[in-house]
Amino acid sequence: MASGRRLRTTVLVTLVVALLVLLSLLSVALGALSVPLDQVVRSVLGHPPSRLIDNVIWSVRVPRTLLGLTTGAALGLSGALMQALTRNPLADPGILGVSAGASFAIVLAVGVLGATSLYGYVWFAFGGALVASVVVFFLGRLGRSGATPVKLALAGVAVTSLLQSFTSAIVLTDQDALDRYRFWSAGTLADQDSGDLVRILPFLAVGAVLALSCAPALNSMALGDDVAASLGRRLGLVRLQGVTAVVLLTGASVAVIGPVVFLGLVVPHIARVLAQWVGIGPDYRWLLPLSAALAPVLLLSADILGRMVDRPTEIQAGVLVAFLGGPFFIVLVRRRKLAEV
Amino acid sequence: MSAPPAALSNRPFRLTFPPVSGVLRPRLLLTGVGVAVGAFLLFCWGLTIGDYPVAFTDVIRALWGSGDAGTVIVVQDLRLPRALVGLLVGVAFGVSGAVFQTMTRNPLASPDMIGLTEGAGTAVVAAVVLGWTGGLGLSTLGLLGALATALLVYALAWKGGATGYRIILVGIGVSWICSSATNFLVARGNRFEAEAALGWLVGNLNGRTWSQVDSLAIALAVLLPVTLGMGRWMRTLMLGDDVAAGLGTPVQPVRLALLLAGVGLVAFGTAAAGPVAFVALACPQIAQRLAGTSSPPPLVSGLTGAFVVLGSDLLAREAIPGTELPVGIVTGALGAPVLLWLLIRVNRAGSGG
Repeated sequence: MASGRRLRTTVLVTLVVALLVLLSLLSVALGALSVPLDQVVRSVLGHPPSRLIDNVIWSVRVPRTLLGLTTGAALGLSGALMQALTRNPLADPGILGVSAGASFAIVLAVGVLGATSLYGYVWFAFGGALVASVVVFFLGRLGRSGATPVKLALAGVAVTSLLQSFTSAIVLTDQDALDRYRFWSAGTLADQDSGDLVRILPFLAVGAVLALSCAPALNSMALGDDVAASLGRRLGLVRLQGVTAVVLLTGASVAVIGPVVFLGLVVPHIARVLAQWVGIGPDYRWLLPLSAALAPVLLLSADILGRMVDRPTEIQAGVLVAFLGGPFFIVLVRRRKLAEV
Repeated sequence: MSAPPAALSNRPFRLTFPPVSGVLRPRLLLTGVGVAVGAFLLFCWGLTIGDYPVAFTDVIRALWGSGDAGTVIVVQDLRLPRALVGLLVGVAFGVSGAVFQTMTRNPLASPDMIGLTEGAGTAVVAAVVLGWTGGLGLSTLGLLGALATALLVYALAWKGGATGYRIILVGIGVSWICSSATNFLVARGNRFEAEAALGWLVGNLNGRTWSQVDSLAIALAVLLPVTLGMGRWMRTLMLGDDVAAGLGTPVQPVRLALLLAGVGLVAFGTAAAGPVAFVALACPQIAQRLAGTSSPPPLVSGLTGAFVVLGSDLLAREAIPGTELPVGIVTGALGAPVLLWLLIRVNRAGSGG
């Protein structure tokens, strides 16, 4: 039923947008100093109730919320793209070691080579993410049956733990580096330089464009490599474009908020269920943007929850996402015969 | 792979009295002896090093309790615990890795990849940061953490039986949850607590005492014979659950027993020295290549583990004069080439998963 489908699509889009707006408002309102929602709205509209509230909102909460929206979208998109490219339902920038590659490269750049500005180390993040993803992919393809989900996931863990032991070697020799590293490595939106948000935007934008323009080719590739090739898709080119997008999106996010695991895993699965409900089916032209919209919902919820649960201290958003996403991963492993996506 | 020389090829034999038959594996035997001798030499070499240098021959004499009294005290009381912990931890990790890799038919499925050491780490870091040990030592907590994680993984992977495949994937999920919890705790504590916690998480042989040697030695004395005794069943599991059952192997009980033994080994090892990275992953693979067998040989893997840990500890102490790196950093660095090696030897790798 075409009209029913259109109605449900409209409902879905409206709901997601409404959820994003609501969570953004809550994220601006809640925290160590909670601001009532009406004052938030007044402040956003340019009539701040007081100097203090105006200050808190514009210099702390709004940048933090925007950071959650952008990096969340980037990680969700990156996860969906990785699941499509590897045809692996367990792909995620964290699980497949891409985040670990980026974070090790950043620690190397900051701790050993003395990089201080974001533009000094973000390139290292891209390089690390690229090398890690290539190594994991080839390691995961070992053996006769090719790249199965379990082998890719194991390869990701192996590479991650290797990189982590190098990272510890660096941070254990340097007290100050350790002190900064331990907050960042848990994956947090708190206390970030709002200038960094602006600085990573170009990378995220390019990454998003590259990712979204992959969608039609990914739809053909879902039918199998041979079919996609005979439909005129140039597989090598599509993969290159996809990997570039993953590296840009993941590397830039990790450079600012640190490694966040499971966000890119959970969101595409939810997106798939919703798309099924709406009647779109597994169409990546919808799945990719939907993942990009749903991931910030999860990340912002985790961030808000982390601020509220344990006041006055905070639980890092990355930790809560992992606590929510981990059980999801296990349920996924138990429920499905893990075939290809 | 080129054909081995005739002297090293496997030879079946059968004796009429006593009625025994089997396969003689000269290459496996030779590798085992070679690695054992190498590990012993490294063990003694490690004992010669320190503020008070002792000659190699004196070390061997002091091990038997003869020679200069001062040397005997230095060697037996001060240096022997460290060397013994290194040796035993290496054996425990190596054997445990071989068990897991054989059971799951996957060269990457070692206990440190499926969350056991992560679980131990989370328990210890929680104790360090929250300042509550419940009257138990850090080692005991590490042990409990690893055992609890193993039980959790097994329970969650259970679905009318547990396959190696599900154990790996559930283990990976649990491992990520544990490492997030550890990250949170490390960020939560003050910087000294964070440093202590991270130092333990790397794997370390500094300042070991006889009490750690004792508990580890007792654990090995129980678990090692049990594990090695199940070697035959372990090999049939390599053929897949159905074939193994057809060959008369009680699949689920054996898998549970192997899992418990492997977990016990890795848990006691982690409790004594922290999670020494990559020993359990790499050593069985190295042993398998050296011995030319089709699956990791448990005993030789254990000896290789001892060799690698003792050698890495030597390197960690001697590489940069004046500092003592944690041994886990060296084994981590050695793990990189092994991973690359696995990459290159595509055709020989197992097809697990």
